[in-house]
Amino acid sequence: MENNIVEDVQNARDEKEYSAGSAKGEDKDKEPRIIAFVCNWCTYNGADLAGTSRMKYAENVRVIKLPCTGRIDPLFVVEAFKKGAKGVLVSGCHPGDCHYTSGNYHSRRKYTAFRDLLSYLGVDINRVEFSWISASEGNKWVSVINEFTNKIKLLPDNSDIFSKK
Amino acid sequence: MARIGVFVCWCGSNIAGTVDVKRVAEEAAKIPGVVEAVDYKYMCSDPGQNTLRKMIKDKNLTGVVLAACSPHMHENTFRKAAVKEGLNPYFIEIANIREQVSWVHEDKEKATEKAIDLLKMMVEKVKKNKPIEDVRVPLTKKALVIGGGISGIQAALDIANGGVEVILVEKEPSIGGKMIQLDETFPTLDCSSCIMTPKMVEVYQHPNIKLYTYSELEEVSGYIGNFNVKIKKKARSIVEKDCTGCGDCWNICPMHKNVKSEFNVNLSERTAIYVPFPQAVPLIPVIDRSVCLHYKKGGKCQKCYDACGPKCINFDLQDEIIEEKVGAIVAATGYDLMENSLYGEYGYGQFKDVISGLQFERLLSASGPTEGVVKRPSDGKTPETIVFIQCVGSRDPEKGVPYCSKVCCMYTAKHAKLFAHKVHGSQSYVFYIDIRATSKGYEEFVRGTMENEGAIYLRGRVSKIYEDNGKLIVKGADTLSGNQVEIAADMVVLATGVIPKKGSDKMAQMLGISYDKYGFYTESHPKLRPAESSTAGIYLAGMAQGPRDIPESVVSGSAAASKILGLFSKSEYEVEGTIASVNKTTCVGCFYCRRVCAYSAISKEEIKDRNGNVLKVVANVNSGLCAGCGACVNACFSKSIDLKGYLDEQIFAEIKSLAV
Repeated sequence: MENNIVEDVQNARDEKEYSAGSAKGEDKDKEPRIIAFVCNWCTYNGADLAGTSRMKYAENVRVIKLPCTGRIDPLFVVEAFKKGAKGVLVSGCHPGDCHYTSGNYHSRRKYTAFRDLLSYLGVDINRVEFSWISASEGNKWVSVINEFTNKIKLLPDNSDIFSKK
Repeated sequence: MARIGVFVCWCGSNIAGTVDVKRVAEEAAKIPGVVEAVDYKYMCSDPGQNTLRKMIKDKNLTGVVLAACSPHMHENTFRKAAVKEGLNPYFIEIANIREQVSWVHEDKEKATEKAIDLLKMMVEKVKKNKPIEDVRVPLTKKALVIGGGISGIQAALDIANGGVEVILVEKEPSIGGKMIQLDETFPTLDCSSCIMTPKMVEVYQHPNIKLYTYSELEEVSGYIGNFNVKIKKKARSIVEKDCTGCGDCWNICPMHKNVKSEFNVNLSERTAIYVPFPQAVPLIPVIDRSVCLHYKKGGKCQKCYDACGPKCINFDLQDEIIEEKVGAIVAATGYDLMENSLYGEYGYGQFKDVISGLQFERLLSASGPTEGVVKRPSDGKTPETIVFIQCVGSRDPEKGVPYCSKVCCMYTAKHAKLFAHKVHGSQSYVFYIDIRATSKGYEEFVRGTMENEGAIYLRGRVSKIYEDNGKLIVKGADTLSGNQVEIAADMVVLATGVIPKKGSDKMAQMLGISYDKYGFYTESHPKLRPAESSTAGIYLAGMAQGPRDIPESVVSGSAAASKILGLFSKSEYEVEGTIASVNKTTCVGCFYCRRVCAYSAISKEEIKDRNGNVLKVVANVNSGLCAGCGACVNACFSKSIDLKGYLDEQIFAEIKSLAV
């Protein structure tokens, strides 16, 4: 318990440092960092397929694997932006294909409600992408990443995502 | 304090060609908690695995991160190696730097940076890992099969022949399902009863099968390996063990003209005490209390009782509830046919000689109301011209159902063929949309009906049927010639669409399995797990999943059986430990988690004080049912559920490691 408190304090301190760091200004040429939350069954395999097919795409994406898009907590998305991501991708199985039958529907519904909240927080909702990519759609993974990267590049570069003015 | 070992795999030049593996290892070594970081040519090779094992032992590692190929490739390999050194397998994490870095990027600098990032994420994740034990669930090695049609019978026989006890529950007084109502079966024209009755008898006599006919499932609880079921055995009014099936009772019953026979699809009558058909299994009558004079007239009539030699009729018998414990369930509840009356233009119900395909089966059948002689229901004359209409209700999103009922093309071809065999010089016309004859021998069969039996196939729909001078005038379109056609027919047979058994949605809810918008049960995976339902331990078979023919139903019954025999071949059922768990101290009992759980894995648990007073009700995850999707974690308002292996703090740690 005590350890946790120490850790929490440390975390809070770290966060301050991180936000101080990001306020120092962005490298304009740097590809915008994208954090992708993907499901284990469809999109993760789709991304793997892009790999085995040796397709090429932008290097700026960092994939976080979860069992299902239904597991993706909206707070993960907020946290990703807090930690400097310029875009967040959520991707899972196509409707009707969910490995857990309905996880992607929960995720979709959550996202629909969450968009407004993000907007309220000052996040340009163009920075959140929601897509269905199946295990056979390596090419779709590539095009989603590339198009999303390009889309973000066109957005005004706010060093602090949460203060859209 | 975490002691983490990092291994960066070259995968030959697959990774090392694009990623500076040395630098990745150097960077990894700087991360707090990492005690050693090395690179190696092929981590998955035996020497590679030995390095891993050696470091776990020598450095007393608490966690391992491999920067290598996709975890879908070698996660298990490395987990197994870790287990050999006594490390919990879930303390192995893999950063995918091949499929998601070296193979998809060309810029070595950027690829190396990404590889370092992915590695950092996994190091942070593994720091927060908690040991996970795989779940072991005890198994009650007994199966329940719901539905005594061909697929249920097949499943029951296969399981029973595998040496496992089976309980077969059938709603009707006899097993046999729809198949026993059929005359001959396509494409071989072997008689349905001839191939079905031996199977029915086998079920009845099988030492491993306990048969409950005229019984319904009342309640199901529990989970894989441990289901508790309640079966309602409806009162037959017959003491079954004494009955010899002699028939004295139903022969004397005065109610012989008033009740339509379900078995003959209303084409004949039955008595109030009856067996649905002579080959019924078990051959024990049942009293239909809704029509029996004894019940309706206050016990005056007891002719059957007087006629019964062994005196096995007992008017006072009550419904009985039987409780059983089973480890697995097969849902083979079958199908119904659509209401033909939906199509007023065909005059079903209005004209006696417009009948359904199943009724025509009964007219063809030697055990049917006409003893196999084709006679029209209206006047008993033998028809010379029959019009068959396919796709009545099927493939009609407007009035019927959008899907194809699959069997109608074939049974209509069979009907036309059998009609030609039975009534020489007769003529069949078939209105169709498309002919779908895709299994072995089916296309040839339909061709044969057209070419050898002279059935005339007309591509188009029927717009109207009316009666004129004892004939049914069928008006329709032949879209291939572009002409309107008018046929004076003696009889019209409608190939009615298939729908799920009435109440299949209720059954699915009781079992906790998912079903589609029509009511057909949905498979766990439509292609790769076609025999499993969405709920562990419950398997599917037959038409309850969707339209299919007899061979497919048999195959599905056997598939479900083989799944169950496979399950029961182990002493315990093992599930991956990456499942949800509830913090019962913080749970407030709102049960939003229950609403999102697709597996009915969350139950209510009462927390009591020492006097037995309920303090609060909390959620409890049933480890046998939980599939580990994590939907409940996000539904939880009080953050009381977490998913092992994907804990909130692990994901946050991953995100945090990416801070720029």
